[in-house]
Amino acid sequence: MNKIDLANHQKQFREVMEQYNARIVICGGTGCMANGAGEIIEAFHRILEEKGLKAAVAIAKEPADYYMVKSGCQGFCQMGPLVTIYPQEVLYVKVKECDVEEIIEKTLVGGEIIDRLLYRDEEDKGVSDMHHIPFYSKQKRTALKLCGFIDAEDIDEYIANGGYTSSENAVLSMTPEEVCQSMLESGLRGRGGGGFPTGKKWDLTRIQKSDIKYVICNGDEGDPGAFMDRCIMEGNPHSVIEGMIIAAKAIGGTEGYIYVRTEYPLAVERLKTALKHARENNILGKGIFGSSMDFDIHIMEGAGAFVCGEETALIASMEGRRGMPKPKPPFPAQNGLFGKPTVINNVETLASVPVILSMGPGKYATMGTAGSKGTKTFALTGNVAHTGLIEVPFGSTLREIVVDIGGGVIDNDGNNVGPDFKAVQIGGPSGGCLTQEHLDMPLDYETLTAIGAMVGSGGLVVMNQQTCMVQIARFFMQFTQNESCGKCVVCREGTRQMLNLLDDIIQGEATEDTLALLEELAHTVKIGSLCGLGKTAPNPILSTLRYFRKEYEDHVLRHHCPVGVCKAFLSYKVVSSLCKSCGLCAKKCPVNAISGEKGVPYVIDGERCIQCGACMDACKFHAVVLG
Amino acid sequence: MAMNEQPIRSFDMVCEILDRYHKDSTKLIPILQDIQDQYSYLPEDIMTFVSTALGISSSTVYGVATFYAHFTLAPKGKHIIKVCDGTACHVKKSDLLLDVIEKELALDKNKKTTDDGLFTLETVACLGACGLAPVLVIDDKVHGLMTPETTLALIHQIKEAEKNEQN
Repeated sequence: MNKIDLANHQKQFREVMEQYNARIVICGGTGCMANGAGEIIEAFHRILEEKGLKAAVAIAKEPADYYMVKSGCQGFCQMGPLVTIYPQEVLYVKVKECDVEEIIEKTLVGGEIIDRLLYRDEEDKGVSDMHHIPFYSKQKRTALKLCGFIDAEDIDEYIANGGYTSSENAVLSMTPEEVCQSMLESGLRGRGGGGFPTGKKWDLTRIQKSDIKYVICNGDEGDPGAFMDRCIMEGNPHSVIEGMIIAAKAIGGTEGYIYVRTEYPLAVERLKTALKHARENNILGKGIFGSSMDFDIHIMEGAGAFVCGEETALIASMEGRRGMPKPKPPFPAQNGLFGKPTVINNVETLASVPVILSMGPGKYATMGTAGSKGTKTFALTGNVAHTGLIEVPFGSTLREIVVDIGGGVIDNDGNNVGPDFKAVQIGGPSGGCLTQEHLDMPLDYETLTAIGAMVGSGGLVVMNQQTCMVQIARFFMQFTQNESCGKCVVCREGTRQMLNLLDDIIQGEATEDTLALLEELAHTVKIGSLCGLGKTAPNPILSTLRYFRKEYEDHVLRHHCPVGVCKAFLSYKVVSSLCKSCGLCAKKCPVNAISGEKGVPYVIDGERCIQCGACMDACKFHAVVLG
Repeated sequence: MAMNEQPIRSFDMVCEILDRYHKDSTKLIPILQDIQDQYSYLPEDIMTFVSTALGISSSTVYGVATFYAHFTLAPKGKHIIKVCDGTACHVKKSDLLLDVIEKELALDKNKKTTDDGLFTLETVACLGACGLAPVLVIDDKVHGLMTPETTLALIHQIKEAEKNEQN
């Protein structure tokens, strides 16, 4: 096959692009699509046609007035659907189908900016330059740089923005040792949660002698509350492929696999398209980039098991078995898929690799802190004004993330209360919680481990003051208990018992010994489990106990949930001012706990009440409340 | 065809799927995925057939089929409702959506499919659409920022459409 000429490809693409008057980028991430981005794209085509204009779409690049791109997730999910017009770089937020005509008439044809569609700053002024929107200006998008700008399904767009030059350079003019050395210099550490230095992992696999070696991309992102990898696979699949090619060069890899979670059908589809285009361009297959190196990549869909994020379990799953972890050593670097040396990297890690080589490992290492170099993507969700996908250098503080980028905490009544959160859960069910005392602590691998949390894969869930921390601990324990593979006893039985103890606390059945027992059990599971799932499963309990012990004690000793969430400690009451004395609640009550007569508000006898809630459902005047 | 009625099954389709993967037992998971795509679940006789064809024990196939959440051994309803119970959705009260659906369709923790075979209710750990929490997916369409009221409205809409179809 002919060797691809990347420079020429870039030049041709630029020439073709010059014919268009504007580039319209519509966010095609899950969030925007669910909010009607698809209809907006259709409307653009329809209305442009009515006006005798035309927009070209990716791949074909036919003569037209405008060029329209459906991009991957741009991160600002809360403000979607997002429409960006280049060269002006004006971002319109919360665009509706009915706005399209105005955008075409005023902005595309007239060159005018429509103020009402702009993002509003604190003083309610429209921000026309997207780089001045705090959500974006405080970020440092590196791995995500092209995500949300390019068309994920068009390899030309990736190449035109410098794509595949790093891998071509690595394949043609670097030795495997040099590639590993560059990764070590950059300080890149695994972004999937472990934080193991990528260069070291590659070097360990490189020195193994074997005719077959595998490169696996771990796209089994299972943390509830994390969606960074999904956005990268959907928004810039070629960056993952390029990272895998460079990894293959470093270790002498012969075959690659991308293991994707089955809940991500769009990611699977986009990756398949990207692989096809890469093969057509001699970037994958035999003699890639005109060299003597053969390398191809296949996709394997997971079948829904969180534990498969653990690398030995992932290998078991790829070999057609139950996804159960194995003790290490031997490490996958020595004895991995089908017994061959295997390197397994997370999606974000691999997507960072080409960026590191193109910007230079030394420059990459200037971002971040002493022990944690570079940037990290986080999925910012929960009770926060701007939920979405962000990327910041290691060492950023919670204040910068939650207040500056996230726009502040939202309470249950919808008010913005600034930095007044109760806790921020970092690292999902394996991580821990951070409190306001950590607002100005730089976040990196070391500082987080020191306070009993972890970077994890990068889920950041903000919880407001009305959140019950015992319930949160229970939620995570329920998740890990469900997902425990059942191989080792401490994890299988321990997670179940911890869940039972938390249920006791929530249902008001706990005794004075419960907390001590819970703590002891949590430590046992932490020490005695085989894999990362069990070892980290007690973290949410231990960290909530550490920072919110009083809240646990309120539940156990005083039978009281301080935020009024746990139903067992609530009682039904009739609000006298709302009660119309209709008697319907008394009629519905199965235990005759409600009494009253015409003209006088009804009363519920707390002693008799079984808290079934029938009275609340029956009342048409919302006079029955829980309090 | 009613949901519980057993279709007259030939193994042609299964053979084709097995051939697609060269009867390679390490490809058991993709094989079962393709079978489930065809039948919407994993029928017992087909799992036995697969184990014989691949030269592995039927307990191995059963073990894999029950280990992964994606596989199901019982037929599913016509419309599949997935309520996301990821952290972000949970914090934004996804349990209220679950409550209201269970009540409306007379389902509970152990009963996931309605008697008329119209709906199956599932919870998933995270759909990765946390920005739109709470989220639910009906027949692969994502609905974000849901409330109990909008959830009920969606279900009524489907019920209505089904009724019209029958008439």
